[in-house]
Amino acid sequence: MEKLFTKTESLYDLPTHYCPGCGHGIAHRLIAEVVDELGIREKTIGIAPVGCAVVAYDYWNFDCSEAAHGRALAVATGIKRVRPHNIVFTYQGDGDLAAIGTNETIHAANRGENLSVVFINNAVYGMTGGQMAPTTLLGQKTSTSIEGRKKEKHGFPLKISEMLALLPGVCYIERVSFHTPAEVLKAKRAIKLAFENQINNLGFSLVEILSPCPTYWGLNPKEALDWTRDIMQKEFPLGRIK
Amino acid sequence: MKKDKILISGNEAIAQGAIDAGCNFYAGYPITPQNEIIAYMSKHMADSGGVSIQAESELAAISMVYGASAAGARSMTSSSSPGISLKQEGISYIAGAQLPAVIVNIMRGGPGLGNIAPSQSDYFQATRGGGHGDYRLIVLAPASVQEAYELTRLSFDLADKYRIPVMILGDGILGQMMEPVELRPKTKTIPQKSWALSGCRGRKPNIVKSFFLREGALEEFNKTLQKNHQIISKNEIRFEEINLSGAKVVLVAYGTMARIAKSAVAKLSSNGKKVGLIRPISLWPFPKTAFNSKDKKLKYLTIEMSAGQMVEDVRLAVNGRNPVEFLGRSGGGVPTEEEIINKVKKLL
Repeated sequence: MEKLFTKTESLYDLPTHYCPGCGHGIAHRLIAEVVDELGIREKTIGIAPVGCAVVAYDYWNFDCSEAAHGRALAVATGIKRVRPHNIVFTYQGDGDLAAIGTNETIHAANRGENLSVVFINNAVYGMTGGQMAPTTLLGQKTSTSIEGRKKEKHGFPLKISEMLALLPGVCYIERVSFHTPAEVLKAKRAIKLAFENQINNLGFSLVEILSPCPTYWGLNPKEALDWTRDIMQKEFPLGRIK
Repeated sequence: MKKDKILISGNEAIAQGAIDAGCNFYAGYPITPQNEIIAYMSKHMADSGGVSIQAESELAAISMVYGASAAGARSMTSSSSPGISLKQEGISYIAGAQLPAVIVNIMRGGPGLGNIAPSQSDYFQATRGGGHGDYRLIVLAPASVQEAYELTRLSFDLADKYRIPVMILGDGILGQMMEPVELRPKTKTIPQKSWALSGCRGRKPNIVKSFFLREGALEEFNKTLQKNHQIISKNEIRFEEINLSGAKVVLVAYGTMARIAKSAVAKLSSNGKKVGLIRPISLWPFPKTAFNSKDKKLKYLTIEMSAGQMVEDVRLAVNGRNPVEFLGRSGGGVPTEEEIINKVKKLL
């Protein structure tokens, strides 16, 4: 009989520590499934972020490194340059990739480092308790923008994916979302392409995921998915950017 | 047979020492007075199959070194004082993740942007860990271009042996001056690193991290770091001593300052004065055992290109048994031979 689905070897059989309705668990699984499908588990090296997914290596069954907040792409550069035959990816939130690590992000992309990036955009700092992120929407309330983000005071949501798309060293950028199962499957295809690009030595690839954070959006899990579909997507349109 | 020597600067000797030690990853950012290192690595690393990257910042350079070391490379970064301040984040993570790495600090005057004159005012930062958390680095201070070459080679072996960051602490004079150097054959065997990230083929996944959230876990881990520190403190003390027998005044100086102190000792000795010198080579671990004189009248005179930093370690080592005097200049000032001789004469 044909086997349609088996346990994902790259994912440990463990309950996660994430809040109900959080997108991290889905993103971890998609990466693990892609790694299995590409048969690269034994040569994959993941870089776990600082933030809610800090212990992502507790869930992934392959080699991983921690990186200081914002430095994931510099750490990944060091690993990939000395081990060009390994598959190296970073997993980073919006604060990590687009605030404290903007410099590392732009320059790794501009050097065309042959790396894959999974960028979790949930428009908020989760681990530290719901502060304003570089991608927080105008009007969105956080603990450091209690009346909602104001452009005069806080500036605008940063569209780092569009910025990176301008760089000649960048091979592929796509923005995806988790708001329906069909969108989740699209997200998986995007992640797979980002890994395949690295296998084919094509350079820097990044997948931005609009990922729900019900806890710090003050919504229930269903409302949070609807919010990514109805509100967040207007600021961060889905689709291939490069 | 007479060995061939080449005339190179201290900075170039450090770079060549790294390459000869099997360094296969370098990342740096330009800053005076250590620019010859990044230029030398850019020019020569590829010839030996290594990688050299000019990073976008000091933070990125040290993080690249973290990554390369995590992947099993022999890796190095270099900078000068303000840049070393920026690197402290990464150095703390390297120490916390028990990774080997070599960091070169060719010190200049501070604080702030300071100046580009030679200085020894980063001694506290270097020997106390420098970044956040309970950790130390091995700190080695060369006093000649040949020694810069040798200690750089040694630093890679120590980093791998103890899985600890090692700092070469020089100053602008050492970095810039040229001396004849005898090179040795390249290190052939680099230790196997079973903990390194290489892909988990045939083994369980390796994780490189410094994060210990469970209650008590970090305390437990830090005890292993401190045990390593104790072993290093026992095994890796290095110093040079001159004319200690019968000395009434013993100078204490490291690096460039020790060379000037050494000529003061030679002049004073030729005039019949009983003066000696202790030159710490390992600044951490500090060579406490060198300060073991039974003569209670002996005076130590610590000389530094700083407002007085190593003198605190000398006082801790002497522990009140003898007087410890200090002579120093800060902000790029270098105590002269004459100033040293005058000070010694007052103490005799």
